Amino acid sequence: MNRPHRGAAGSRGLGTMEVKSKFGAEFRRFSLERSKPGKFEEFYGLLQHVHKIPNVDVLVGYTDIHGDLLPINNDDNYHKAVSTANPLLRIFIQRKEDADYSAFGTDTMTRKKNVLSNVLRPDNHKKKPHIVISMPQDFRPVSSIIDVDILPETHRRVRLYKYGTDKPLGFYIRDGSSVRVTPHGLEKVPGIFISRLVPGGLAQSTGLLAVNDEVLEVNGIEVSGKSLDQVTDMMIANSRNLIITVRPANQRNNVVRNSRTSGSSGQSTESSLPSSTPNILANFLQGEEESDEEDIIIEDSGEPQQIPKAEPTSESLESLTQIELLHESTQNGFLPSSEMNHSAGSISMEYEVQDPNHKSLEEDGTIITL
Amino acid sequence: MRRFLRPGHDPVRERLKRDLFQFNKTVEHGFPHQPSALGYSPFLRLMAIGTRSGAIKLYGAPGVEFMGLHEENNTVMQIHFIPDQCQLVTLLDDNSLHLWSLKQHSGASELREEHRFTLKGPPGSPPSATQITAVLPHSSRDVLYLGTESGNIFVVELPSFRVLEDRTITSEAVLQRVPEDYCNRRSCELVEALREHPKNPDQILIGYSRGLIVLWDLQNNKATHHFLGSQQLENLYWQRDGSKFISCHYDGSYTQWPVSSDNRQPEPLENLVPYGPFPCKAISKIYWHTTKNGLPYIIFQGGMPRASYGDRHSISVVHGSQQTAFDFTSRVIDFFIIFSSEPTAEFDDPSAMVVLAEEELVVIDLKTAGWPAVHPPYLASLHCSAITCSHHVSNIPLKLWERIISAGSKQNIHYSNMPWPIDGGTNIAPDPPQRDLLLTGHEDGTVRFWDASGVCLHLLYKLSTVRVFLTDADPNDNMNTLGEDEWPPLRKVGTFDPYSDDPRLGIQKIYLCKYSGYLAVAGTAGQVLVMELNDEDAEHVVDHAEADLLQDQEGYRWKGHEKLKTRDGPVRFEAGFQPFVLVQCQPPAVVTSLALHSEWKLVAFGTSHGFGLFDHQQKRLVFVKCTLHPSDQLALEGPLSRVKSLKKSLRQSFRRIRRSRVSSRKRRGGSGNASEVQEANAKFDQDTLQEMELAPVQRKIEARSAEDSFTGFVRTLYFADTFLRDSSRHCPSLWAGTNGGTVYAFCLRVPPAERRMDEPVRAEQAKEIQLMHRAPVVGILVLDGRSTPLPEPLEVAHDLSKSPDMQGSHQLLVVSEEQFKVFTLPKVSSKLKLKLTALEGCRVRKVTVANFGSCKTDDYSENDLAVLTNLGDIQIISLPFLKLQIRYPCIRKEDVSGIASCVFTKYGQGFYLISPSEFERFSLSTKWLVEPRCVVDMPEVTSNNHVHKSGMENAARKS
Repeated sequence: MNRPHRGAAGSRGLGTMEVKSKFGAEFRRFSLERSKPGKFEEFYGLLQHVHKIPNVDVLVGYTDIHGDLLPINNDDNYHKAVSTANPLLRIFIQRKEDADYSAFGTDTMTRKKNVLSNVLRPDNHKKKPHIVISMPQDFRPVSSIIDVDILPETHRRVRLYKYGTDKPLGFYIRDGSSVRVTPHGLEKVPGIFISRLVPGGLAQSTGLLAVNDEVLEVNGIEVSGKSLDQVTDMMIANSRNLIITVRPANQRNNVVRNSRTSGSSGQSTESSLPSSTPNILANFLQGEEESDEEDIIIEDSGEPQQIPKAEPTSESLESLTQIELLHESTQNGFLPSSEMNHSAGSISMEYEVQDPNHKSLEEDGTIITL
Repeated sequence: MRRFLRPGHDPVRERLKRDLFQFNKTVEHGFPHQPSALGYSPFLRLMAIGTRSGAIKLYGAPGVEFMGLHEENNTVMQIHFIPDQCQLVTLLDDNSLHLWSLKQHSGASELREEHRFTLKGPPGSPPSATQITAVLPHSSRDVLYLGTESGNIFVVELPSFRVLEDRTITSEAVLQRVPEDYCNRRSCELVEALREHPKNPDQILIGYSRGLIVLWDLQNNKATHHFLGSQQLENLYWQRDGSKFISCHYDGSYTQWPVSSDNRQPEPLENLVPYGPFPCKAISKIYWHTTKNGLPYIIFQGGMPRASYGDRHSISVVHGSQQTAFDFTSRVIDFFIIFSSEPTAEFDDPSAMVVLAEEELVVIDLKTAGWPAVHPPYLASLHCSAITCSHHVSNIPLKLWERIISAGSKQNIHYSNMPWPIDGGTNIAPDPPQRDLLLTGHEDGTVRFWDASGVCLHLLYKLSTVRVFLTDADPNDNMNTLGEDEWPPLRKVGTFDPYSDDPRLGIQKIYLCKYSGYLAVAGTAGQVLVMELNDEDAEHVVDHAEADLLQDQEGYRWKGHEKLKTRDGPVRFEAGFQPFVLVQCQPPAVVTSLALHSEWKLVAFGTSHGFGLFDHQQKRLVFVKCTLHPSDQLALEGPLSRVKSLKKSLRQSFRRIRRSRVSSRKRRGGSGNASEVQEANAKFDQDTLQEMELAPVQRKIEARSAEDSFTGFVRTLYFADTFLRDSSRHCPSLWAGTNGGTVYAFCLRVPPAERRMDEPVRAEQAKEIQLMHRAPVVGILVLDGRSTPLPEPLEVAHDLSKSPDMQGSHQLLVVSEEQFKVFTLPKVSSKLKLKLTALEGCRVRKVTVANFGSCKTDDYSENDLAVLTNLGDIQIISLPFLKLQIRYPCIRKEDVSGIASCVFTKYGQGFYLISPSEFERFSLSTKWLVEPRCVVDMPEVTSNNHVHKSGMENAARKS
C-alpha cells in the first residue's frame, strides 16, 4: 500500500537511520527503522516526546541532499525525507508562532548558510522583504487543468478546489446558444455559458475560466439537454470539488498537447489512450473518491469528527485501520487540539493524504495556480 | 472494473422490475378547474362537464367517470347529448363541433372523439354568418340544427356532419309573414334558442335575440306561429304538453305564451318581472315543470334587482307560494332539472336541481320540504378553503373508519337523504382493497378527511381548529338567517369560501396515528394541537403550553405575526377529533415539521428557529433545541422575506400575463386564419426569445455555507427505537434534520407504562451530523437489521407488522435534497450514498418509503423509496442499496405548486394538485391501482320515446 521507497533498503546494513533533531538550541539524536518509518503523526509525536514539548505547536523541516530546507507535514514528504536521508536525517523544529516560512524552499541551495542562520536567528531576517504567502502546510491546490491529454485541444477541463478556502466560487452562468458543426451543416444549439466572474472569487483568481466560456460538462456529466437550473444545481452539488469542462471563448491560450512538460505524467500517462470513456470515468470516480471526506459527526457533544467510511472492503481495509489509528491518537491527546479543529470548515486535507489512491501534486502533473 | 458497470444489467432484476413498477395517472379527484359548460342526458342519466381547457368529464353513479380532452384545448361552450344515444356533441369557442361517443372496449366503456366539424359559410361571408349560437340535436337522432349569429339555422346530418343545404332555415324565410313594422325594427338577429316541440318532432321553436319567437314546421318548411316579444330574449322552455311555452328576457322578466291552431300570432298570457319593480338583471335561463298537484315549478337563473342584489349568483325556484332564491358562492355556469322522463308520465314531477357553479356543484332536493342540498359523492370542492397541506394514511382500521364516518354524519344532518340522482352507468371496478384516508389542511384552520379508497374522493368529516382560538370572526355568524318576509328570499348554498378570516389559522402539518386515533396538526402561527377522537360532544379545557425555541438568543425582534390568542375556560367541541393539548411555539413562526409517537405519547415540532419535544401524556415540554444560526437575521425576524417573495410573485404574475396573452390570441383566432395566428404566435415567441437573450437569466454558482439564511429551518422530524449510543441497548430516539444539512439525534428515556405519569421523559443529545454538502435534509429513516424500515408506532402492537430486527446492526438513511446517504449505527460511519443532484441535476422534493407488491406472485413485495424531484420526475430507488430503479416524468417542472402538493401513499400511489381544486391520482405500482372502470349500457329504446326530452338537450347557448 505504501509507496515503494526508492533506495529504502539503502546502504545501511540493518536498515536503521540516524536522526538528528534540533529545537531551539537543543539537539536530540535517535534512530528510526528506515523500512518502517511509520506515519508522520507518529513521528511528530515522537519529536514532541524527545524534545519534551508535548503541547507546543511546531513546524518540522529537514535538509535534503541538496541542502534545501524542506517541510515535513504529511506522510508523503515524511517518507520522502526518510528515504532520501543519507546518512543522517537532519530535522529542524520551530515553534509555529515564530516560524519563518520563507526559510523553506527548493531554491535555498545557494542561500543555505543564510537559511540556517535565519532559522537560528529569526530576528535577523526582518531586513529582507520576503513575500509571505502562507505556511507551507497550508498550501492547497486551488484549481487545476486536468485530462489535457484526453480532451480535444479546444476544450479545457478545470478543477476548482473549494474546500479549504473561504473564497467563494464566484461565478454565474446563463443560457445562450452556440454554433455546432453537424452533418446538416452549421446549427445553432442552446448551451450554458459563464456570464460573470466575481472579483476575488475562486473562479476569477484561477484565471482558467472566463466570461462567455461555454460549459460542456460538470464533473463528467454532459450538460447538453439540461436546463440552466439543472446545471446550477449540479454545480452547487459538486461545489466542493467542481470539475467543469469548458470551451473557452478565448481559444489562444489552449494547452498544447504535445509538450509533455506539465501536461501529463503519473496517472495521466497510464490513461494516455485517445479519449476513451473508461478512463474519463475512472478519473472522475477518483475525483469523487477524493471529495469523499465530507460529513462530520459530534457524539455526545464531544469534539467534531469526520465520519469514517464503513465496512472495510478488501481494498480499503488498510486505509480504514489508518483512520482508526488516527482517531485513537486524537483521543490520547497526542495531537494539539488546533490540528483537529474543524470548525473552520477545513477538515479535509490531513485525512485525504492517507487515501491510497491519492496522487500527490507533482505526480498528478497538474498545473497549480495560486 | 466491476464498479464501473452501469447498474440494471441483471435480467432477473429487470423482469422483476416490470412486475413491480408501472406508472399510470389513474383518475382526477375533486372539482374541475374553470368549468365552462354542463350537459345532462336523462336517457343515460349521465352528466357532462366541459372546461375552459378543453376537457370534458362525464359522471354517473359513483365510480362511473369518463374523461376526454379536445386536442385544441379550447373552451367548451356547449354540451349536448344526442337523444337516446351514447353520444354527445360539444361546441368549442373556436366554433368547432365535436362528436364523442361511449363505446365498449374489452368489457368497459370508453369515451372517444369520433368526428369534428367546423361550419363553413359561402365564400366571402363574414365569420358571424356561421358562428354557432344554439345547437338542437333533433330527437330523430340524425340531424343537428345549428342556430347562428346571422340568424340562419343550418342543418347537419349525423354522424357525418354533412350540411343539408336545402333544409337551411334562413332568417329571410322566417321574417316573410312577420308584420312590416315589427320586421323593420328588428332585422337580422342571432338565434338565441332552439327548442323542439315536446309532442310533435316536426315543429321547432326558434327564439331570436331581439325578442321574436317563431314556431317552425319542418315538414312544410314554413313558420306556423309568430310570437312578437318586445324584450330582448334570453331563453325558451316548453311546457310538457306543448300547449304553452315560457320565454325569459334581458330585463328580468318572463312571459308565458299559448300555442293553439287558431291564433297564429298570439298575445302573451302572462308577463312577470319576479323581482321588480326596480330594474332587474337578465333571467338567462328558465324551466317550467308540471306536477301532479297542479302547481308548476318555475325555476330561473338571475333576475335579481340590479342595484341591491345585482352581484348575487342566484337561481330562484318558485312553486306555488314557496319561493327561494338560492344564492351561490360563485358564478353559475349552467343548471338542469332532473324530472320524470317516462314518456307515459303525465307530469314532470321534478325531483332535483343540479347547479354547476364556477367553484362547486350544488344539488338541491326538490322533493323534500325545505329543499335541502344533497351531499355529492364526487366533484367535491377541495378548495372551498385553499389547501395548505395534505397527509395520506393507508389501510385504516375498520374501527377508526367507522368512528370518523359517524362523527362526519353528525355534521351532515342538514343534507338531504335523497339517493344520488345522477346514477347512470355501472361501476365494474373491483372494490378498493383497503380503506385509505386523505387529510387536507386548509387555510381557514380546518382539516378535511376524505375517503380516498376508490375513484370517488368523498368528504367523510371536517375538523375545525378555530374553536380553540379567539379570532375576530365569530364562527356562528356565517349562516345568514333571514326573516320570514325578507325579499328577495335569498338562501346561501354551497361550501366554497375562499376568504380566510385569519391566515394564522392555516394548517401546515398533519399527522394521524391510525391505531390510537391521536391526531396532531400544526399551523402557520406556531400552534401545535394534539387531538383525540371522541364519539360524543364534550366541553373541556385545552391544556396550553408555550415552547420558547430561542432560549439562548437575545436581542432579536420577531417581526412576523403575533401568536394566536387562546380561549380561556372550557370550550365545547362537537363529536370527532377534540384537541386536548395546545403547544405554541415562540416566536410564532410557521411549523415546518411535525412528528407524533402515539406509543410514547410524544409530539415533536419544528420551525425555522428550532424544534421541541412535548410529552402529551404528562402535558410537559421535554426540551427545546434552537437550530438557528445567530447571524441568521432573516429567519430571526420572521416572514420579512415576504418582501422578497412579493417581488417574485409580481414578476411571476407579469410573466403569466404575457403567457396568457399568447394563449388568448390563440383562442380568439377563428378557423379560417388559424395558420395566420400560428405564424403570429411563432413570431411573438421568437420576439420574446430575443428579448430574453438581451437580458439573460443568470444563476449564481456558490457552495452552500453555514452562514446561509434559513439553515436552522427544521425540515424533518423522526422517531425511532434504535441503537443510538451502543450496539447492545436500543432506546427511543428523536431525529431532526435542518435546511443546513444538520442532523440531530436525541436519546430519549421514556418511563415504562406503569410509571409513565410519575417520571419525567428525559432527552439528551447523542449525535449531531453535519453533511458537508449542506443541502436541506428532507428525510430521515432507520433501517433495521434486515434493512427494513422501522415500523410505525403501534404497528407491531396491532400485529400489522413484523417486529423490527433488533439483533443485526441498524442503519440510518439521511435524504438531503441532493444526496441519499446510508450510515451505520450506533457508530456513525458512512456506508453508501447516491449523489442524485451531481449526477442528474435534480433535487429531491418529496421522499417516502413505499411497499411494492409483484403483480405476478402474491408473496413477493419489497420496500423502495419513492422520490419526487424538482423537475417533476418520480424516481424509485431501491433499499438498502440506493440503486435507481426507474424514472417516470410525472409533473411539469414549471408546476411548482403541483410538485409542492404531492403526497405518496405507503403502497406506491400518490396525489398532486393539478389545479387549486383537483388532485391527480397516480400509481407507481402494478398491484395497487385505483382507476375508474365502468360500463354504460344503452337502455332499451322504444320506438315512440323520442317524445320525452330533457331540458338540457337544447340547453342555453350561454356559459
